[in-house]
Amino acid sequence: MKRRRDTTYTGIPRWVAAIAAVGALFVLLPLAAMLGRVNWPQFIPLITSESSLTALGLSLRTAAASTVLCVLFGVPLALVLARGDFPGKRLLRSFVLLPLVLPPVVGGIALLYAFGRQGLLGQGLEVAGLRIAFTTTAVILAQTFVALPFLVVSLEGALRSAGSRYEAVAATLGARPTTVLRRVTLPLVLPGLASGAVLSFARSLGEFGATLTFAGSLPGVTRTLPLEIYLQRETDADAAVALSLLLVVVAVVVVGLSYRGPAPAGSGGRSARVGTPGRVPA
Amino acid sequence: MRPGIRAAAALAAAGLMGCAAAAGLTGCTAPARDAGKTLTVFAAASLQAPFTALAEEFEAAHPGTTVTLSFAGSSDLATQISQGAPADVFASADTKNMAKVGEAGLVEGSPRDFATNVLTIAVPPENPASIATFADLAKPGVRTVICAEQVPCGAATKTLEKETGTTLMPVSEESSVTDVLGKVVSGEADAGLVYVTDAKAAGSKVQAIPFPESARAVNTYPITAVRNGKNKELAADFIEAVTGPDGQRIFRGAGFGTP
Repeated sequence: MKRRRDTTYTGIPRWVAAIAAVGALFVLLPLAAMLGRVNWPQFIPLITSESSLTALGLSLRTAAASTVLCVLFGVPLALVLARGDFPGKRLLRSFVLLPLVLPPVVGGIALLYAFGRQGLLGQGLEVAGLRIAFTTTAVILAQTFVALPFLVVSLEGALRSAGSRYEAVAATLGARPTTVLRRVTLPLVLPGLASGAVLSFARSLGEFGATLTFAGSLPGVTRTLPLEIYLQRETDADAAVALSLLLVVVAVVVVGLSYRGPAPAGSGGRSARVGTPGRVPA
Repeated sequence: MRPGIRAAAALAAAGLMGCAAAAGLTGCTAPARDAGKTLTVFAAASLQAPFTALAEEFEAAHPGTTVTLSFAGSSDLATQISQGAPADVFASADTKNMAKVGEAGLVEGSPRDFATNVLTIAVPPENPASIATFADLAKPGVRTVICAEQVPCGAATKTLEKETGTTLMPVSEESSVTDVLGKVVSGEADAGLVYVTDAKAAGSKVQAIPFPESARAVNTYPITAVRNGKNKELAADFIEAVTGPDGQRIFRGAGFGTP
């Protein structure tokens, strides 16, 4: 019943639609303006130059690695935040979400003082022969730092809206916590986890400030696509625009293909039975 | 944005004419001429300290005038000016970016060179890699950070590499000289190539190691009034101050050379 009403009711006031159109234009217009500045005859040579391909390859590799780290650390964090009950939970959530609102350059400085050569952990790592600064590892750390909250927010939202009824039932039937997690909880929130992972990947792909501050900029090692764009802009505006477009296309493809956004209430097989899992706070 | 700027420019122009018209009747004296006026100066990031000092002196000498300083990389500033940013004066860290503004037809008269700058080696105070010469930077195991070739300090670095037949293997090629300095100050890098003025401004946080080869790559700083600027007379006065003895004293104090 509810679902029918939701999908057939289209009584959006015209003025709301008008403002929405302005909002959409605000995002689309700059992108269209950039499109108008692309040097099309040179576009393919520009984006297939050696430096561009090196930067793109590095960006895709590091963003994939960061996404893996985000899932590895983000899933437990989201579970603890959604299901756990302990003092200081709100504080923990605030800190985990902090990179969402921090300027990336601040994140870079903080990482520097933690993992840098003179940093809190960096000194010990240096003694152990592990060097992080100026390596690809530094890029991955910077990206994970800024992208982790996206996964945590998405997944925590999914966990909350899924509720814990099925888990409680599974537990009363004798399932151990790990079994409940593996067989009930995770399958239930898989769409939320997937969209969180995609968002993290996209955020990692766009990371700039923390990388610049913490990792440096060397072709093939630390110079990701955003850093390459920033540098090319100094001398070759055409190359910068072409690479920007490339990054936009990659981001649109990644997000468009996998991120479906909040599922409409009651849609989809399993979701229909458990309410609205996979609901992601936008 | 654009129409807004144009409207502001028109208003300012109207104000000027009002003053000129009034001058015939009431006498618009020099101090009154400058009252409430704002001079917008776009200057290369490396000029921050001396230009800030100079602007204070200029404001004191021209009561009622406010000097607004905008510091950024020269190429960023050149792009902004070409796109119609409301600058009265442009001071670039190299001749290339001045030429870019010139190509856009926005240079008033011809630019004047007012300072020079050379590179120096900056190392952390304790000099962990025991750097003493330019060639030391190319030694294996030394973590050297330089500017990327696309920015002026990187172009100068490239020139030095060619001139001396040295090939540096940097751990990072930064997009601005401040980023190079930052990596040295934080101790991440063993050495960095920065301008003498940057090393001087960093004080005791870095140790500067001058090297004779640096004289083979000298950066020249030109300054110009911007054609579409609102305050032509003030802009001319400011450029006089920069190129005059007071300005030169400040620049020498900051480590700049004389062109």
